[in-house]
Amino acid sequence: MSEARNILEVEGLCVSYGKVEALHSAGIKVGQGQIVTVIGPNGAGKTTMLSSIMGVLPHTRGVIRFQGLEVGDAEVEQRVALGINLVPESRALFGEMSVEDNLLLGAFMRHRLGHRDHEQTMDEVFQIFPRLKERRAQHAGTLSGGERQMLAVARALMAKPALLMLDEPSLGLAPLIVREIFRVISDLKRTGVSILLVEQNARAALQVADYGYVLETGEIALEGASDQLIDDPKVVESYLGLGGRR
Amino acid sequence: MDLQIALLLGQDGITNGAIYALLSLALVLVFTVTRVIFIPQGEFVAFGALTLASFQAGKTPGTLWLLIGAGVAVALVDITLALRSGVFRRIPGIVGWNLAYPALASAIVFLLKPSEFPLLAQIVLALALVVPLGPMLYRLAFQPLAEASVLVLLIVAVAVHLALVGLGLLFFGAEGSRTPAFSDASFDLGLVNVNGQTLWVVGASLLLIVVLGVFFERTIYGKALRATAMNRTGARLMGISTVMAGKLSFLLAALIGAFSGILIAPITTIYYDTGFLIGLKGFVGAIVGGLASYPIAAAGAILVGLLEAFSSFWASAFKEVIVFTLIIPVLVWRSLTTRHVEEDE
Repeated sequence: MSEARNILEVEGLCVSYGKVEALHSAGIKVGQGQIVTVIGPNGAGKTTMLSSIMGVLPHTRGVIRFQGLEVGDAEVEQRVALGINLVPESRALFGEMSVEDNLLLGAFMRHRLGHRDHEQTMDEVFQIFPRLKERRAQHAGTLSGGERQMLAVARALMAKPALLMLDEPSLGLAPLIVREIFRVISDLKRTGVSILLVEQNARAALQVADYGYVLETGEIALEGASDQLIDDPKVVESYLGLGGRR
Repeated sequence: MDLQIALLLGQDGITNGAIYALLSLALVLVFTVTRVIFIPQGEFVAFGALTLASFQAGKTPGTLWLLIGAGVAVALVDITLALRSGVFRRIPGIVGWNLAYPALASAIVFLLKPSEFPLLAQIVLALALVVPLGPMLYRLAFQPLAEASVLVLLIVAVAVHLALVGLGLLFFGAEGSRTPAFSDASFDLGLVNVNGQTLWVVGASLLLIVVLGVFFERTIYGKALRATAMNRTGARLMGISTVMAGKLSFLLAALIGAFSGILIAPITTIYYDTGFLIGLKGFVGAIVGGLASYPIAAAGAILVGLLEAFSSFWASAFKEVIVFTLIIPVLVWRSLTTRHVEEDE
């Protein structure tokens, strides 16, 4: 019954940039309603993995199953329609549009599929991010770094995703804001959405996650329940110890 | 030159400028959404005008054959792809838009007599034949190259332009056409006599600009197009498909082009290749706006119209030279004052 409980199953995923293979047969699973994190150093292939699951990057081999359905050949838009959503590292906001319009477009696919409930969803999203409500008429490009990240997450939530993938949500943010972002991530779990979180900030990621994978040079080096990983000597040494950042 | 002549030239300039403004908006739209510099924009102007003229002359416009041909080509490509990937549910839509629609259009053209239709119905029918060519063209020529560089897209755009001009000659012949004015009314405004068609052109252009403004500012599809122009990756992640955005922007560009042609046909004699020059003047306007700003592009295009009108009075032989030379100081000014924008992705 693993298919029923796992919302996402990735097996033997290989992705290449030209002749350089960035992911070698990587496999991960995300359980329904879980927060799963993939940690690892810069250049390990974390972003590549998320891009490939989203369909932005083609994979050369491997299987991507979402809710038991093979989606490896589907277009990005079809994956959005199925309920997969990615908040990319760049945030990819629409800078010259208001916060409200950014959020509205987050519900674009739902609108196309005939769900005209964006106003209600927006109210729910504003409850999670009250600061965005204050800034609703402001252009996204004028927001602070933390607010932009919150808008990026909020915009993804407008699609009511079943699987939310976050790429380095804490990147470049002040410690206080990082804490708030992670508080929101652990709160989101209560709404039932499954989350795949990619982070360099390993300690914070493992604290909110249920399960973790360590990705090194394109391969899964280690995996386990996050409370075990957080005590694992190898993880402590490489990612959490004094050598680790933050 | 006395005041009366200046007012007449101004009226001329604003009339043509309104058309150039519409075309410059279409060029900005297509470029920001798809990165295509839409050289064939002018062919839509000519096709719109000449299709209407054909109806009025009781002839079958060649654009009908183009619509049928392009529809069959798109249907073949898309049905093959759908069969190969096993997405059968797409087939009814493909058949409907690319085969059934042109068939319906042919039925109207052949079974009813468009030459006896009232003017408004003829205009609608001409638009119905020409406008769908926009998205079909996108599907055939540009969609397979969506990831290509701006230069490659430009080369394809030039090729499409040349092909369409050739088809225009084949369909409509070398003679020009002029359609009757929408209204014969004319008004005396003090020194100058304003004719009805001028008001039609300016009014209809303004109306179309307002409608487009509402579309872009108030509707989710308009916002989706703007979002694609701002951040293509971000838009895809929202489920806004690049293909949909491309087809929609080409549809609007074709609509604007054909509509402009229909508006201007009572004022200027339109030949199969007139569209190119008209489109280029819209392009100069769009360049003034850096191919990015709608209001500056529209203002630039009206300036082009006025400059053209006045230079035709002072140095009529150099009219085009003067208009196109404008592009040099504009480019110098833009390169000195605007920051360089990297080509995205």
